[in-house]
Amino acid sequence: MFPFNFEWMWDMSHIVFMGGLWYALGILGAGMTFCVVKAILDTANGKGGHHH
Amino acid sequence: MDSALIPKGVKRCPIWQFALGLGVVGAVLLWGVYAMILCWFKGLNQTNMNDYYGFALWIWADLAVIALGGGAFFTGLLKYVIGKDELKNIINYAVLIGFICYSSALLILAIDVGQPLRSWFIFWHANVHSMLTEVAFCLSCYFCVLTIEYIPLILENRQLDKVPFVHNLSHTMHEYMAVFAATGAFLSFFHQGSLGGVAGVLFGRPFAYREHLFIWPWTFFLFTWSAAAYGPCFTLLVTRITEKITRKQLVKDTTIQLLAKIAGWMMFTYIIAKIIDTVYWATTTAPSLGFTLKDFYSNNPVYGYWILFAEIVLCGVVPALMLITPKIRSNRLLLTLATILAVIGVSLNRWVMVLQVMAVPVMSFDIWAMYYPSWQEVATTILPVAYGIILIMISYRYLPIFPQEAELNPLEPEADMAAAAGTEETTEEVPEPGLTPAEA
Repeated sequence: MFPFNFEWMWDMSHIVFMGGLWYALGILGAGMTFCVVKAILDTANGKGGHHH
Repeated sequence: MDSALIPKGVKRCPIWQFALGLGVVGAVLLWGVYAMILCWFKGLNQTNMNDYYGFALWIWADLAVIALGGGAFFTGLLKYVIGKDELKNIINYAVLIGFICYSSALLILAIDVGQPLRSWFIFWHANVHSMLTEVAFCLSCYFCVLTIEYIPLILENRQLDKVPFVHNLSHTMHEYMAVFAATGAFLSFFHQGSLGGVAGVLFGRPFAYREHLFIWPWTFFLFTWSAAAYGPCFTLLVTRITEKITRKQLVKDTTIQLLAKIAGWMMFTYIIAKIIDTVYWATTTAPSLGFTLKDFYSNNPVYGYWILFAEIVLCGVVPALMLITPKIRSNRLLLTLATILAVIGVSLNRWVMVLQVMAVPVMSFDIWAMYYPSWQEVATTILPVAYGIILIMISYRYLPIFPQEAELNPLEPEADMAAAAGTEETTEEVPEPGLTPAEA
């Protein structure tokens, strides 16, 4: 649910519940994006060709 | 045949034996899938749920696997946030077990909701006053965390790891895993707690109702605490079963002992809190609502005082004392016994908090409502067990789940001969041609 949905109300329950969900999803999404971008850059820089 | 996919330096059973095992467990899985299809197409009339039992076997299974899967978040917290580096030797398996438990919980819920295509309603039309909404949010997000923790393991497969991007991705994910593990611990704290909170706020059911701290009933904290205490015991038990089946030691004793000791102290402190909670509930909360302890444990064919004794003493106090006593803990047989008792204990606690709550009469004209699951409910509850065994079999065969396995089980020359004869799959590292012995 987003603030532009008709059910949305600017009260503490909606802010805490939905805010918590977006916060958690934001960390996971940003974290994975960072990992994928870093892996792409590392591969472009020639890292990862050897195996340990 | 599939030796190119098997991790380096370890031995696995022949492919025919593996396929046979998969086939046997797969047959059980298909039985569960058949029951699941019946529930989806014919509806919840396939179950023995009724007006008394809106929550039944599935919700018990859900709560039990979520508690048992708690080993993943607690081991992750200990390893990545608190810095118990020794646990790196069992964290992969804890993650795999957690992934199986949480995916099973979601699968069971998908059957239970009856209309799985409308599962997204809980996110879009969320009831922000319900503890179960919080459970749904945290459960889904934590499943994402477990998937993120499981992905690097898949990427470390011998063939996948040869691809530079895949190698870099798994390396980077490992490097920043602490962020995901900390998020997972935060999410777990809330969904484990809220599952307990659901029972504790039922003021119309004195068997479940508990006093509150702010908005949270005591059961909120007891459920989180018990998952952190009993979850690692399930990880230890499954590790032991895997070692028995593979006839190998897969994790060093120092790691097992450390996790068992931490789980033991968690369990010991939990069970003290649980006893205090039970005494206060029996002497103050329930009488204030017009009930005595005897009302909850008599006049019915199943629920007697034995269940209270089994949950708190036999499967709570006893395994806790066994695990915190170094002499008992270091005996493998007794350690296994303690983990079995612990797993039964937490499963019994979830049963009581779901099904006995529904059974106890709350009105003066009411009677005990007993419940027996239908075969469809049993089959769909066994389905995740079969799925879990299959995922463990595949992961163990093709992924480096146990980092100490090669060191603890060095390959013997006969293994090479057996591999040459095609009786078992080995993948001892072969030196590259052209290298001197020292370089090799």
